[in-house]
Amino acid sequence: MRTAPLKTAPLKTVGVAVLAALVIGTVLLLATGADPLVAYQSIVSGAFGPDGFADTLAYVVPVAGLATALAIPLRAGMVNLGGDGQLVLGAISAVTVGLGTGSAVLALLAGILAGGAYAVLAALCENRFGVPLLVSTLLLSYPAMSLASYLVRFPLKDEGSSLPQTPQLPDGARLPELAALVVVLVVVLVYTVVDARTPAGFEARVTGWNARFAEYAGIDRPRLTVRLLAFSGGTAGLVGAMVAMGFPYRFIDGALITPQYTWIGLLAALLARANPLGTLVAAVFFAALTSGGFAMERATQVPRELTAILQAVLILFLAATSGLLRKRGARV
Amino acid sequence: MFDLSLISSTLTALTPILFAALGGALCQRAGVFNISLEGTLLVGCFAAVAGSWYTGSAWLGVLTAVVASAAYSLILAVGSVTFGGDAIVIGVAANLLAVGLTSFLIRTVFGTEGAFSDPALDGLEPVLGQSLLVYVSWIAVAAFAVLLYRHPWGLRLRGVGERPLAARALGVSVTKYRYWAIIAAGALCGLGGAQLALGSVTLFAENMTAGRGWIAVVAVMLGRATPIGVLLAALLFGLAEALGFRLQGLGLPQQATDAAPYLVTLVALFLSSRRNRVSVPG
Repeated sequence: MRTAPLKTAPLKTVGVAVLAALVIGTVLLLATGADPLVAYQSIVSGAFGPDGFADTLAYVVPVAGLATALAIPLRAGMVNLGGDGQLVLGAISAVTVGLGTGSAVLALLAGILAGGAYAVLAALCENRFGVPLLVSTLLLSYPAMSLASYLVRFPLKDEGSSLPQTPQLPDGARLPELAALVVVLVVVLVYTVVDARTPAGFEARVTGWNARFAEYAGIDRPRLTVRLLAFSGGTAGLVGAMVAMGFPYRFIDGALITPQYTWIGLLAALLARANPLGTLVAAVFFAALTSGGFAMERATQVPRELTAILQAVLILFLAATSGLLRKRGARV
Repeated sequence: MFDLSLISSTLTALTPILFAALGGALCQRAGVFNISLEGTLLVGCFAAVAGSWYTGSAWLGVLTAVVASAAYSLILAVGSVTFGGDAIVIGVAANLLAVGLTSFLIRTVFGTEGAFSDPALDGLEPVLGQSLLVYVSWIAVAAFAVLLYRHPWGLRLRGVGERPLAARALGVSVTKYRYWAIIAAGALCGLGGAQLALGSVTLFAENMTAGRGWIAVVAVMLGRATPIGVLLAALLFGLAEALGFRLQGLGLPQQATDAAPYLVTLVALFLSSRRNRVSVPG
């Protein structure tokens, strides 16, 4: 598995991509009969305005959390496509432990362990059985989602409700939104420091630059894979735990999958080429777009999915223009 | 347990995956890693339903799906072949775009959320118990085999995939062959999407492909991008899905059977990689 050498996109390509996304968005808005100016205005005020900013912060936790989780192995050129599975396993484990013990700390630990262990399983599939990580993480993701879905429909179901959801967590096992946000920022900070200042971070970056050279230099790739996936899955599990432990304080089937956090997070990480702070910035931007989409839907009746389209178009143009730059540059 | 209806439900489960996997194999042979199959399949599902709804003919729906998916696949072709962008980034973004776009369109075009179906929506009539597209998929496997091994086009395509510089030196346009491989994969995904939305059922639901495009990506890998290999890999998945349905009837929870095909595929990868390491083209 080889990903292109990672460099951050220059401002000009960002400008072109933003312009392209705005043009395509305008065409779609005009086609639905909405006023593009009003729509864009409501996206911005919904994302950063006084009444929308709290929503944006609520999206920052899963999007930036997942983006960081997936950036960790990406730094070494390894793609973890199993974020969804690690996320829901972390969430369902945290809720199970939270309901049983009433302790937030134990619940968070359970989430980290479940997500991390599951990702390590995928790493072992590559190391021991030669199944590429990209595929092993992806294939393991679906059974994890099925398992969580089963648990929430049968053994852990809230008997008083007709929806597939667990009972609410007791007060002691809940986590305020602000605490979750702080934890995510701490994770980003730790990743930044480890990436820039430790041998482990250096090994990962060298492997990302040139995997064959890294092997030649004596970096133990199987061990690195297991470690990176443990941190990646652990972070994804932690994020799942924190989202489930926040409002409405329960695990709801599909609530972590439908918003596509994993894929938005992965794209943020890919865009920033797994640079820790770059990944955070891209993720916050996508979180703002998502929450702006809800505000736009309230203001103009245009479906909120418009912002998902804008996101994807933006990324496509960024990928294409940065590819063009690479082609023109000295690298082949 | 094993009877005619199992074969029939295997064929139903197999067909969309087989179409997408053939497209993926074609791209792999041309040296393009196509992970946008999931999104392209979803676009095919939506276009099939929209086409059938507005023309009143299921076959025009199929045609719409083929055209729409082929057009959609141009995103990957332009982004990765012409501009040299990272195929993984573009593939993941194209998948996300397909989810957003179809959810947006189902609400703006049909004015409903989640799923669209209507008794008046024309589905594909079964012929001998299966939609015609099921038979088309088998013909497509044979056509792929002939094209790949018995036709100059296939020889050049393989050359483009294996030794692009040598192919270019011999005057074969790498760009042209990769474009056609990607567009053909798009058209095949259109057929797969049409089978899913108008053959198995007659409706469009958000995210209705539910990972089938990803399974196709894995089937290409498992089948080493050969016609028979891909067919067998897709068949394995179809059989696992059909058996899962059967076991559901015997009281096993739906979630257990949902997970089965992925685990079966993983085990098959374990076994096949013992002999020969599976690789991802980069």
